[in-house]
Order: sequence, then C-alpha cells, then structure tokens
Amino acid sequence: MVDKTHYDTHGESKPSTDSPKTMGHEWDGIAEYNNPLPRWWVIVFLVTVVWAVGYAVLMPSFPAAKEYFAGMLGYSSRASLRGDISSTADARAAWLEPMKTMDAPAIAANSELLQVAMRGGEVIFKENCAACHGIGGVGARGYPALVDDEWLWGGTLPEIVATVVHGVRSEDPQAHASLMPAFGRDGILQRPEIAALADYVLALSEGKKGAEAGHALFEANCAVCHGANGEGTRENGAPALNNQIWLYGNSRNDIVAQISNPNHGVMPAWGGRLSDVEIKQVAIYVHSLGGGQ
Amino acid sequence: MSKLLHAKAEKNLLVLFLAVFVTVSIGGIVEVLPLFTIESTIEKVKGVRPYSPLELAGRNIYLREGCYLCHSQMIRPFRDETERYGHYSLAAESMYDRPFQWGSKRTGPDLARVGGKYSNDWHVRHLIDPRAVVPGSVMPGYPHLATTTLDPSDLGEHLKTLKFLGDPYTDEMVASAAADAADQANPEADVDGLLARYPKAAVGDFDGHPERLTEMDAVVAYLQVLGRMVDFTEFDPGQADR
Repeated sequence: MVDKTHYDTHGESKPSTDSPKTMGHEWDGIAEYNNPLPRWWVIVFLVTVVWAVGYAVLMPSFPAAKEYFAGMLGYSSRASLRGDISSTADARAAWLEPMKTMDAPAIAANSELLQVAMRGGEVIFKENCAACHGIGGVGARGYPALVDDEWLWGGTLPEIVATVVHGVRSEDPQAHASLMPAFGRDGILQRPEIAALADYVLALSEGKKGAEAGHALFEANCAVCHGANGEGTRENGAPALNNQIWLYGNSRNDIVAQISNPNHGVMPAWGGRLSDVEIKQVAIYVHSLGGGQ
Repeated sequence: MSKLLHAKAEKNLLVLFLAVFVTVSIGGIVEVLPLFTIESTIEKVKGVRPYSPLELAGRNIYLREGCYLCHSQMIRPFRDETERYGHYSLAAESMYDRPFQWGSKRTGPDLARVGGKYSNDWHVRHLIDPRAVVPGSVMPGYPHLATTTLDPSDLGEHLKTLKFLGDPYTDEMVASAAADAADQANPEADVDGLLARYPKAAVGDFDGHPERLTEMDAVVAYLQVLGRMVDFTEFDPGQADR
C-alpha cells in the first residue's frame, strides 16, 4: 500500500516523527527509507536554474542555424579586450604618446620619461632578452654581456635600437650580418698557422706583443675586420681582441676552435614582435646597464 | 502527474528509457546539430597551413616528452597575456593540431608564439640543459634529443593518415615527406620547393650538426614555427566580433 502523503517530501528537511520514515512501499519485505533533500539545497538548486536562464538571455549562448544568439548585453571577449587595452593606453597616455614621436636619445634626456622607460625597459628585458643575455644583461658564453662597454654593433642609443629592431643574422633583410671565414674548416690556414694565430691573439689580449710569425698572419687574415691592433670594428661586428672580454671562451683551445670553425651568434629581429615604444624603452634600459655610449 | 510519472519510471523500464532518451536528445540537438549548419566554428585566417614533415616529427616528440604538461599553447584574450606573449590565439591556429595544445596550467611560459623569439642555438642549449641559460628554470633537460637520430622514412605515412582525416596535404607533399624533412634541417639543400609547400617554415641547421638529422632538429623546427603562420598586421580582429 502506498502512503501518498509521504511519497514525495521534497523540502522536508526532517521527516515528521509521527509518521513512518519510509517511502511507504515494500517489495519482499524490503522498505525504502525516505531521505528528502534538505530545503536549502533545493532552494539553491532552483536559484541556479533561474540564474542559468538569465545568463542564457544576457550572454552569448544558444547556437542557431547559421549564427549564434549573441546575448542581450552583446558581450564579446575580444571587444572586452579592446576596451581594456584602450583604457590602459589612456591611463598611460601621459608617457606613451610622447614616446611614440620622440626618439630614444630624446626620451633619455627627459628625466620623467627616462624613469618610465627604465621601469618598462626592465620588464621587457626580463621577458624577452634575459633568456640569452641573462638577468641584468650579464651575458653568457655566446651571448654578449650588456653590462660592459664592449659593443659588437655599437653602444649608442640609436645603434642599440637598430640592433634590437633588426637583430643579428636574423631573417630581417636589414639585420646585422657578417660571417667570419672558417679558416680551418675551409682550409684557408694550416693547423700550425692557426696555432700561431691563437698564440698571437692570446698575447694581444694580455697587452703583450706576440711573435712575428703570428703578427704576419694576423695582418694578412684578421686585421681587416678586427683592426691592425685588434681593436675590432663596429661595421663588421668584429669584436675587439685586445681586451679580456671573450664571447666564445678565453682558453687557447677555444680560440683555435673559433678560428678554425667559428660560431656565429644569432639575435632575432624584434621589430615585428615588440612595439616601437617598447623597443625604445628596452634600448634605454640596456644603454643604462653600464656600458652605454 | 509528476508523481505518477516518477512512480511509472521507477517501475517500468521502457518509460525510464524513453524519458532518458528524450532528455539526452534535447541536449544533443542543441549542442551538436548547429555545428552541421553554422557557417563556421573556426574563423578563416590567412596563412595557417598544415605542419611540414619535420615540424610534425617535432610535434610528435613534443607530445611524447609531455611538454604540454607544463606549457600551454593558447594566449587568452586578456591584456596581461597579450602584452606578454603577443596577439591572442585564434582557433584557426590550432586547426591542424591533433590534439590541440591549449591548456590552462602553465608551469613554464605559454609557447603559442615562441617561434622566432629565440635563436636555434638558444633552443638547443636550453633543451639540453635549461639552467645553462635560464638559471632559475625548473624545466628538466632533454639532452637525448640531440643524440637521437630521427628516421624520416615513416613521415609520408603520417601525412597520409592526416590527409585521410582531412588535413589538406597533397599527394606531392606525401611523396616528398621524407626528403622534405631531411632538407628542412640541411643548410646545403635546395629548399624552394619545400618553402612553396610549407611557407614560413624555418629552414637550416637547427642542432648545430648539419650532417645529422636528430630529434633536436625536429623539435626546434617545430618550436620555431609556433605562432608564425598568421601575419597579424593583416588580421582584422573586428571581422568576427559581435
């Protein structure tokens, strides 16, 4: 026999004590307890149903035959992003607008803009440059340190901007590009000659005068790019050899390896990746690291 | 009425089955049916192409090594993400990814636009020993990639499978798959045909050993094309806006 009054007790958090706590039916002597959902749970459930209906009406929701229902509020994540970007640009306008038209040296000459550029440049450097050049521009083997005054392609602000925009040996047609001949691999010099050159370059880096044989070889093969006294030339990106700053190691073996089959570092062109203003900021930051010219 | 139906459904299997069927059908019709009639679920974007054989091999290694467990490939349309990583990702950029590499968990940075951000040499050094270039990195090293030779001979079959699934590989692409894979990492090779088939592919020696084709070549070739196919100076974000 089914007791209808206790069949459905939704909303009853506690079954009344004066009635059976079962559903009122039984099969083979097995009865089912009645455990109704708590009233608060049922109310929350109904509220979520109402919320879902409201959401479906206001926000992009149902697909239709060709299009979808865009919602009464007309929300779009892209439009929201555009609004976000433009309101941020408005908030930044005080420094963003002048930086767009001024060149890097002019920005650096303005003390307020310089402060902004330094903070912004540091953030941009950490995200984009530090992977190779190290946090704070300390450099690594194969990746030039930016904290010293040795510059391969020039250390003035316009030169740094140009290097950042076009990169080095990148896909950019205006990139800095120079290739040192592979004196060993291509058989331009013999092993003993390369050894003599390495000794000469080592002596040069210590400020000593190297052996005459090495000197003649240096004059004939290296001086055109690295300078008669190993001072380096910027237009070729040829590093100075008359100091203790080494890109690919300072041991005799490293130098022999570099003469025989040189490494050629690659820096990506950042022109399409960073905005003009971002590049000016990061150039000002790099320029400030210690060796700016 | 509802009590009656409830009682029936509990006692009559057919009624229960029909009620379940009707309920699930409504959900299915609303969610699935429009996909067959709606204009496009993926906005058309110029430049997106299927992966070159070498990139595909690199992608397989990326999946094999579980890179996706820490790296997502989806830049969400938020200002902080677009300022850091670049233009937000479009659905079309993942249309040839099986499976796509989106994600919401980033232990490492998002890689959707990592292509062209670093030099090949950096990638090789970083994959062999991440802490050699990024001191604070928690990424494990993958030095075996540099020493494991890549066999490109089965890439044609791989392309054929993807073609069967609908990717627009031509018969010519399938036929030249193994040669394309080898050429892409060979600085001496004539890559005109390769670049015509797969525009914007990064070519040249990737791993520092031009005479060898390694898994490192494949992974770096794959990383260097990520996010580079679409030219965003030509992309009009308003077209799909509502």
